[in-house]
Amino acid sequence: MAKVIGVINLGNEREQLQELTNHRSMASVPFAGRYRLIDFTLSNMINAGVHNVAVFTRKKYRSLLDHLGSGKEWDLDRQQGGLFILPPPDYAMDLEGDIQHFKQNMAFFNRSRADYVLVSNGNLVWNIDFTHVFNFHEEMEADITVIFKEFNDEKVDTEKFDTLEENEQGWISSINRDVSPKPGDRVYLDTFFIKKELLLDMIQKCDEQGDNLTLVDAVKDKIDRFKIAGYHFKGYFPFIQSLESFYRHSMALLDPNVSQELFFNRGLIYTKVKHEPPAKYMELSDVQNSLIANGCVIEGTVENSILFRGVKVHKDAVVKNSIVMQKSEIGEGAYLENVILDKDVKVSPGKEIAGDNVPTVIAKSTVL
Amino acid sequence: MHKKKCVAMLLAGGQGTRLGLLTKKLAKPAVPFGGKYRIIDFTLSNCSNSGIDTVGVLTQYQPYILNSYIGIGSSWELDRKNGGVSVLPPYLGQEGGEWYKGTANAIYQNMYYIEQYDPEYVLVISGDHIYKMDYSNLIRFHEDNDAEATIGVLQVPWEEASRFGIMNTEQDNRIIEFDEKPAHPKTNLASMGIYIFNWKVLKEYLIDDDRNPISSNDFGKDIIPAMLHDNRSLYAYSFEGYWKDVGTIQSLWEANMDLLEDKPELDLYDPSWKIYSVNPNKPAQFIAPQATVKRSLVNEGCVVHGDIFHSVLFYGVHVGIGSLIKDSIIMPDVKIGANVTINRSIIASGSVIKDGAVIGSEDPSEEITLVGENEIVTAKS
Repeated sequence: MAKVIGVINLGNEREQLQELTNHRSMASVPFAGRYRLIDFTLSNMINAGVHNVAVFTRKKYRSLLDHLGSGKEWDLDRQQGGLFILPPPDYAMDLEGDIQHFKQNMAFFNRSRADYVLVSNGNLVWNIDFTHVFNFHEEMEADITVIFKEFNDEKVDTEKFDTLEENEQGWISSINRDVSPKPGDRVYLDTFFIKKELLLDMIQKCDEQGDNLTLVDAVKDKIDRFKIAGYHFKGYFPFIQSLESFYRHSMALLDPNVSQELFFNRGLIYTKVKHEPPAKYMELSDVQNSLIANGCVIEGTVENSILFRGVKVHKDAVVKNSIVMQKSEIGEGAYLENVILDKDVKVSPGKEIAGDNVPTVIAKSTVL
Repeated sequence: MHKKKCVAMLLAGGQGTRLGLLTKKLAKPAVPFGGKYRIIDFTLSNCSNSGIDTVGVLTQYQPYILNSYIGIGSSWELDRKNGGVSVLPPYLGQEGGEWYKGTANAIYQNMYYIEQYDPEYVLVISGDHIYKMDYSNLIRFHEDNDAEATIGVLQVPWEEASRFGIMNTEQDNRIIEFDEKPAHPKTNLASMGIYIFNWKVLKEYLIDDDRNPISSNDFGKDIIPAMLHDNRSLYAYSFEGYWKDVGTIQSLWEANMDLLEDKPELDLYDPSWKIYSVNPNKPAQFIAPQATVKRSLVNEGCVVHGDIFHSVLFYGVHVGIGSLIKDSIIMPDVKIGANVTINRSIIASGSVIKDGAVIGSEDPSEEITLVGENEIVTAKS
């Protein structure tokens, strides 16, 4: 897909994961023992041959910059194209919507010889073959192809999504913003293909009209003017919009079929390399039904849990139904149940922490 | 090129004959070790961690895997504009060319590489050994003694001393004699195959050595004895710590098992001295509900449904339900079916072990069982 450039647009991100997004964007929330959420969409783009990717950041992007670096881990340290991290201009920092963000980065689009733009966001957990979507887009001779998933999640709570409706000819005829979807509804996955010329034209017009809105709203307002095709993504896709769904879908990774689908069936998911040694299981370790990353040293009991890179679980400690992020340390005899420990948390020996059904989150670098 | 104080020359052309099937298609330095590394990662990481950023890697035997593994050296932070890692195979020139005839000849043939950096010192090391060493301490020791050559030595058990090159030294560590595999060793200071030379001095000896038709062109056998004969100032630098030449299946197995101790002498978990390797980019390992894993190292991308005791699993290994793996090393991407039993074995990369197969023996008096690369083992075979 040499004719396609990618945009990972974090401009519309809402911070939804409480303590986990206090100091970082959704895109850099740790997931599955060693990844950040942005790794999925970024790797999907690379695997489809998109080698010119811009990341539009908005706020709290320190950890994201650290994570992405030169883009080397994704083979994006390139002379032609490569990775462009584009923070918003100062005046647009607090503006609603993302049109200004696109407007300010016209150079990225103008410089490229690509014909198409693939726009997505940084918090989707999926392994999708974008070449399929691109071929579909060309076959349909669509102006825009949006990707959707039929809603299948058992819980919705307060979560709000955009849904799509199709007309009889099979084109997308309306976009419903911020609704609670019912099973079977087409949930828009914030990802679309568009001809570059059309995108630039839309941005220009919105700007001239002084519109301060999002690209999606701009499309919604003039939906009759475009041929919008809907691509149904049928692969594994967890809807993560709250701490509760983050926890629940993290735990779903303990189903080997889910990890198989997410990590092995299609392209690899790349992430920043830490050069951690293999995980070490000591004589008294008792680990069951868990995902363990490299660099962990386990002397205690770990059950139904996810340990990120470099976690230490000391003797007689118990970690149950929990997510323990990078470099945290669980002291001797400590007991954790239903908790999410952010990075670098130290749990003192003998300490007990148990969450309810909604997991307790312990903020980064806390000492307990 | 900018001048460099020290250039490292890493000998990585060894076949490792005694590793049998394991080195059929790869050089000994490329043999997998410790659940995630190749042997050469230790010396490359030592260079990187010691601040030596110019490393020539001399390859000869089965170089492809080694070459592609080293690449431009990014994994060890040796992708540098000035210096960095250079793979140096034997080559043809206008007057022909030849294979590397010995360790000294390999350096001799690459003198042009060293000269372009105009170094004070040349560090000669071997990619066959597992150890962590700060070479900057060795250089300081060499400078403090005003030495012309310094050799890394290790105290070995007296009963094993006759298997090594033994240094006889004076009280101030000056080497007066070098005995290659002596029947009656006078000390237990064994050469570790780590040498630092003043380049100007080494160069003379390399040129003389090349003119000598009866020389075997080897550092231990020819260069060091010649320097001692000329009364050059050679010193022994005593190293304390883990060092292992994993030259045989037995010693490779033992060195892997050493890592499973509570506090192994070779600490892989020290953040100030990381061992770097090329990352395979696999997801976190999955330990299934009915699995048991004790006293083992397990790497990313593994899926474990069986029982693992006192073993090392490299990346991408799958172990099926009801299988038992004990005292074994399972190399990358090996797929093990259900109800398999593996004892005291090394299974090389990419092999497939079918349901019900039994490999190896629990009997410690028997040799370690080796299954070569990409083999298929069934229950009956």
